[in-house]
Formats: sequence, structure tokens, C-alpha cells
Amino acid sequence: MGYAFSAGYGILLILFGLLPALYAIFLAFTQEGAFVGLDNFVKVFNDYRFWPAVQHVAVYLVIWLTFQTIFVVLLALIVHAFGSRWLSISTRFLYYIPGALAGASSVMLWLFLLDPSVSPVSGVLRALGMDSFVETVSIENLPVIFTIIAFWTGAGGWIVIMYGALNNISQEVMEAARVDGAGTVKTAWYIQLPLLRKWISYMGIMTLAAGTQLFVEPRILSQASKGVVPGDYSLNQLAYLYAFRQNDFNGSAAISLILLVVALGLAAFFVFRGGLFERD
Amino acid sequence: MATQQRRFNRFARTIAVAVSATALIALSACSAGGGGGGGDSALGFTAAEQVKDSPITVWVDASREPAVEAFKAKYPDIELNVETYDGNASGSGSFQTKISLFDQSGEGWPDVVFSTQNNDASWASKETNGQQAFAAPVNKGWFDKDFLDGFTPGALDPLTVDGTVYGLRNDLAQSVFWYDQTLFDQFGYQIPTTWEEYEALSDKLAAEHPGYILGSVGDAFVGMLVYYWGAQAPVFQLDGNTFSSDTSADNSKKMTELLDHMVANGTLAKESVFSSDFVQKYQGKALGMPGPIWFTGALFQNPDSLNVPAGQLGAATPLHWDGEEIGTGNVGGGTWFASSHTKNLDAVKTLMEFVTSADEFQVEQSGGYPAYASAAEKWIAKQATGGYFVGDFEKTVVDASSQVWTGWGYPSFSAETAYSKVVLPAIAAGDTIESVAAKWQTEMENEAQVQGYTVAK
Repeated sequence: MGYAFSAGYGILLILFGLLPALYAIFLAFTQEGAFVGLDNFVKVFNDYRFWPAVQHVAVYLVIWLTFQTIFVVLLALIVHAFGSRWLSISTRFLYYIPGALAGASSVMLWLFLLDPSVSPVSGVLRALGMDSFVETVSIENLPVIFTIIAFWTGAGGWIVIMYGALNNISQEVMEAARVDGAGTVKTAWYIQLPLLRKWISYMGIMTLAAGTQLFVEPRILSQASKGVVPGDYSLNQLAYLYAFRQNDFNGSAAISLILLVVALGLAAFFVFRGGLFERD
Repeated sequence: MATQQRRFNRFARTIAVAVSATALIALSACSAGGGGGGGDSALGFTAAEQVKDSPITVWVDASREPAVEAFKAKYPDIELNVETYDGNASGSGSFQTKISLFDQSGEGWPDVVFSTQNNDASWASKETNGQQAFAAPVNKGWFDKDFLDGFTPGALDPLTVDGTVYGLRNDLAQSVFWYDQTLFDQFGYQIPTTWEEYEALSDKLAAEHPGYILGSVGDAFVGMLVYYWGAQAPVFQLDGNTFSSDTSADNSKKMTELLDHMVANGTLAKESVFSSDFVQKYQGKALGMPGPIWFTGALFQNPDSLNVPAGQLGAATPLHWDGEEIGTGNVGGGTWFASSHTKNLDAVKTLMEFVTSADEFQVEQSGGYPAYASAAEKWIAKQATGGYFVGDFEKTVVDASSQVWTGWGYPSFSAETAYSKVVLPAIAAGDTIESVAAKWQTEMENEAQVQGYTVAK
């Protein structure tokens, strides 16, 4: 019976997860069906767009991961500490709303916010020295912009999850801490944070998986800025260009494999450091 | 155990998600292509087996829908499936993306496609993954020579690869010098005819009437296709399969200096001509600007843009270097492609001829300057009625249509991307074009290399 229940997911996973992955591995090591070893990878590594794209994604990941981890945990702790049930519910709801917008449409909203000539926060942008859309979306600003967009859309969901995890911490433990004289800050640091460790590393993995695949945001910004944000900003965009502008599906597959290896490596780090597979 | 298993599943799913997005792209390439084709028939390509009176599929953008509607009204017996797409606008690449997928699957191609870009022939004329090139040659026996000769000289250049024409041009977008006669009279200035006079005028204007402008450099198409093309600068050239770009050639350097100079004295706006800032700051303050023919509808006669009142605006001879022949720029102009895989060649030919040359669309409803000469004359006469323009508008525009500089290249990548990526941010940050000229050239050469062109140094 258990198999029947898991079959639905299993079949879809094989069809749309495993098989395409295997096909990508096949493509990455071949050209027109013939085995070519690492040729595709060498070609990709030598592409002038590759290393800048790696750098863009890496910088974005570092900023986003740090920002997301600190603020999601902090906000979850604060919301959890609210005495009023009503206040707590409405805050969680508020945090969650932006996440309900689909990725592309939320970027459209940001297009308005980022253009000083129409933005409601144009004062802030101009104070930061950004007088035009072109200046706002300059390459140096993009990691921060993408972080803010991603945090705005994604953090709410994670805050709700962290909140649930905080609720799971047994009342007795919290009680004991209080009896021992720990205040809110000390309880958070010595009790709640260590118990959240697995959840935080889980969030880390999901964030990494989403972050390495950065695509929609730079793609839309690129179209909106008519190319000031280059169409080859991220690795996934580069893979897209390979497949559809150069008709080179092998090179595209090679990039996706590189992404896979990097994402696996980083995920493994979180799994082992975060003790994700340890039993309670 | 169950918890652990579930967590592992989540982990596996994460990885699967990470892979599948990129791999899905690859999956679409899965099925093998059909047989290729030579070019040995009387048409210059291998025609598919014809099915009499079979319906044809036409892709157009929203602005070209009237063309298809007019065709339906005139030829009710020809069955059409009309699909509206983004017209491949702003280098979205949707045309090529979709065709490459049909090439992979070996079926499903549209019969006629309109594209707003004019460099599609570079890829559409090539065989891909074993499939015959998508674009059907039109001058190798399919269309009559008389009909093709009816196009304005040079109009089919962007569609021509090694002497073979791979489509029909919809409209032209030659640059002229637009000027506001009322302002010129008021300030007592002469309308410039050369780039030298234009630059000299800018110093005078900056000193005597600060706040007025002679153009904008906030858009890549203006920078590349109006200024550098109009300067006959060899920054974007293609010879066979060899791409070359020289930002330090004489004409390139002269134009770079002119632009830097005029940005510095404030007579060139840094804003995009389509931005609300531009309209706010410069409505009534544009003394003149070089630009394509469609600027009239998009900017000058547009109540939401510069909104120049009737009886003030004129078009003058394209700016050029003193002592050189006129060789103006060109900003776009759409193209119609016929599929070499079509099962109804007759219907496709009828449609292609109608949409490019018939009065019902090109004269009555077209927003751009028709590429077909006889339609263009009627179109321009229609624009000139009503007394909106001053001076010899008709003659200037018609003359300019055949004065487009032919040294510009049409490779498979856009001339605008490198400019957008390198030059625009520099201008916005207050740097000169000269300071990034080398980087800009390298970017174009890199792009060419990636697209498979040989780069001439």
C-alpha cells in the first residue's frame, strides 16, 4: 500500500527529475551522439561569459544566504515572542503575502520600485546616488537587488516554517530556561537556536538550490533595461543562451551539470554540518 | 525512520528540482530531427509535398494583425491560422527559440513569420541540426524578379546572404535629421547638414539656451544605429563569416568624440527617449535630433511624448561628415519570412506579396515607412497631407530611404547588446564613451566569437 501512495510522486520524479538529469549527463559528454569526453566542459570554461556568471551567482548566493538566514531566524523569534495571538497571526500573514505572488509578476512590481522616475521610493534611490534606472540596475548593485527581491518573496514562507519549528520546542524546556533565569535573548541563543539547527540548514539547502538557478529576475530585468542588465548574467541564463541562441544543447547540458555538482557539494556541506540526517 | 526517510526525500527532491529546470530545457531537444534537404529545385530549396488549399499558419505581432485582417478580407478563400506572438521584439529571441524546437521535432513550423528584427536571416538561412534552413529563398525562382525589384534599393540587404534573399522587408527605418523650425527661427540658427555643423551648433546652443537638446544617447539603438551607423563607423561589420569591429577607426573615433563632447555640454540627453523623465524635461525643448522615420509617430506626433504641434516639425537631409557622401543609419524595419517547409507555396506567396506591397495594408494601415517603393510613395504622400510637416518632408524621407550606409553588418547577434552592457552604464555613471571604447569593442568581438564568427583584428 505504501508503494502505491509513493508511486505517484515516484513516477513523476523519474519522468521529470531523474530521466532529464540522466539525459543531461548524456548530452554533456557527447556531441551529435558521439562521446567527446570533457570537450563541452572545456568549451564552457573557455567561454568569456562563464566566469563572470559564476562570480555573479556566487556573490549573490553569499549575500542572500547570509541575509536570509539572519533575518528569517530573527524575525521568526520576534514573531514567536509576541504575547498577543492576534498580532502574531497578522504579522505572519503579512510576511507571507509577497510569497503568494508568482516569481515573474513580483519582479514586474520591482521594476517600478527600482526606476527612480516612477518609483514611490525614488527619494531613497536618489539619496543613494541612483538617478536613473540604468544606474539602479548597474552590475554592482544587482546582487543586493536580487537579495532584496528574493527575501521579499521568499522569506515569509520560511518565517512561517521557523515559527512552526519554534512551536515544536517543548514547553518544559522553555519553562526550565525561564526558571533558571534566562531572558528572551539568552533563551533564543542557548535554547531555541540550537534546536532550530536542522531547520536552518534545511533552509540553507533550499536557498542554495533556488539561488544557483537564478534566472527569472535577471532575465526580466535584462528585458526591461533593454540589455543594460546583460542577458548572460547568471549561469542558468547562459545555459539558456547556449541551448536556444547557439543551438548547442550539449554546452547547455554541461553548464547544468556543473550547477548540479556545485549544488550537491554545497548541499552536502549543509546536510553534514546541520546534522540533517541525524535522528532525534 | 519515517522522519529520516521523509527528510531524505526532501533532499532528493531539492536536488531533483535543481537539475530538472536546466535539464528540461535539454529534454525538449530530445527527439531526433528528420531528413535535411539540398537546394536543387527550381525554387532554390526543396519544397515539401504540396497539399492543395491547405491552411497556412502565420505568426505576427500585434501591430501587424491589420495586415492579416486585410488579407483575409481580400482572399476569403485562403484559410489562415493566425498566431500573435511578441514579434521577436527587443532581441527576445522568441522566433529563433521556437523554430529551433520545431527543427528538433521535425514538424510544426509556421508558414509565414513576421519579425520586428532585421538580423534573423543570419540564422534562418542556415541548416540546423540536419533540417533545411527555415527561411525559403525568394529570389531563386519563387518570386518574380519584377516584384522583388519593386523594393526600395537596399531594402532587402539585411535579408541577403551570399546573394540569396531569404525574406521580404516590411518597412524601412532610415534616419533623417528632425528639426523644430519654430525653435530654429526663434534662436536664429541654421539647420545643420553635417556632423561638424551639428557639433558646433551644440556649443552655441549650450551657451545661449541651456536646457535645450539636440538628441539623446540614452538608448542603445540611438547610439548604435543612428549615431555610429550614420557616422559610417566600422564598428559592426560582417564580411562573409568574418566579423570586425573597430572603435578606433577614424569615423568611429570622430563620433565618439562628438558624443562625449555633446553629453558634456548638456545638449544630448542621457535619458531614454521612451522614459517619462525625457518627456518631462524635454517637451518643447528639442531643437532637433537625428532619428529614424518612425520617431514622428513615436515621439513628435505622440501626445504622450514630445507632442510637437503641427506646422513646426521638419525632416532634413541625414547628417554626415563634411566631404563624405551621405550614408545614414537605419533603426529596425520588420521582415517577413516564408517557411521552406510549407505545404502550400501558392498561398504563402500570395500572402507575402500582399502584406509587403498591397495598398490595403502598407499604405492604409502601416505605422512604418513601407519597404516597397510604390507603396512608400503613396504612404509618404498620405503622411504629408494635413500640413503637419514643414519643408520638403516627402523628398527628404524618400531620398534617405536609399541612402542607408551599406557597410553595416547583420550578424546573428544584436548590435545593441554590447552597447547596452558596456556603454550605457558608463554614460549613466558620468564616464565618457572613449574610456570604455576598447572594452565595448572586445565585448562585440567576444559575442561574435561565441556565435561562431571569425573575428578580424
